[in-house]
Amino acid sequence: MSQLSSQHKPQESYSCESRRDESIAEQLSPLQQQKLRTILECGLPHVAQPYLAIAEKILATEAQVLSQIEYWQTDGLVKRFGLVVKHRQLGYKANAMVVWNIPDEKVSSVAAMFSSCSEVSLCYRRPRRLPHWPYNLFCMIHGTERSIVLAQIEAMVEKFSLQNIEKDILFSFKAYKQQGARYGKKGLTNG
Amino acid sequence: MTISLSTLEQNIINQYQKGFPLCSQPYKVIAEELNSSESEVLSAIFKLDEAGILSRIGPVFNHKKAGSSTLAALAVPAELLDEIAEIVNQFEQVNHNYAREHSYNLWFVVTASDDDALAQVITKIEQLTGYQVLVLPMEASYHIDLAFNINFSQHQLGSH
Repeated sequence: MSQLSSQHKPQESYSCESRRDESIAEQLSPLQQQKLRTILECGLPHVAQPYLAIAEKILATEAQVLSQIEYWQTDGLVKRFGLVVKHRQLGYKANAMVVWNIPDEKVSSVAAMFSSCSEVSLCYRRPRRLPHWPYNLFCMIHGTERSIVLAQIEAMVEKFSLQNIEKDILFSFKAYKQQGARYGKKGLTNG
Repeated sequence: MTISLSTLEQNIINQYQKGFPLCSQPYKVIAEELNSSESEVLSAIFKLDEAGILSRIGPVFNHKKAGSSTLAALAVPAELLDEIAEIVNQFEQVNHNYAREHSYNLWFVVTASDDDALAQVITKIEQLTGYQVLVLPMEASYHIDLAFNINFSQHQLGSH
């Protein structure tokens, strides 16, 4: 994970009225960066100044912590930063993983069509594992009602003429675990 | 039992799954943007947390950049599903774990610092469960939008 230690400049635009100290923040050490990631993987503490609370834990300044997170966002390591909600608790219980066996030469164009559907939240290509698993394109549809999700899938089949494509629909019926990824390195403890 | 969410709580969910303020007092910024107060926003966050709606506030990492990860599945007898799910859950490298309607009935995501560490976890899961793991790493990502836009008027929230 060498990209973590690469050079960066703090961002110049802040989304906040109460601007912090804008002097150039000294970069976090690789160890501090790793600790920061481990803490962030568990989520911000619910206090008025969460970044300050984290900074104190890793013996850094608040400005350094903020600057590092901004850098990770710019760099693409962080896709988004915000509330992560448990969709099942919000009534989104009809969660379907739809898997398709698309000819290799068509997979990108079909994926692009799926991605244009607002009901598709994720679309990935994965390897087939023959003979047990013939499917190479996955998309996730989260809905409130099973019947609605099934109708949406049928509509996609019609719209994109996929009637002859082998597919399977795997609804989830129980969530055993739903948490953020923990990439933590050996020997590092949280906080 | 039904959870009812205030307008403030609904707005927080719909507006801050991305772009959570990166500044000294983020809840104050949210309060200003939603015509509320810092303490009300913090209370709302606490309530969403207690209701089990909020998983956390923080980053969602790009798996490809953050380390090594894969989707994985097991095909196990239905009567053993809970037991085997529990074994899989014990791995801190497993972050999502769902039962699905298929002969491959247990689906989970494994993340680790690198490919070797990932392979070790998969091997360990196979040893402990006695079943072969179907390993399906991502080869290409076409579309990711995990920020749910919740239409709160459309349905009731069930609590489980």
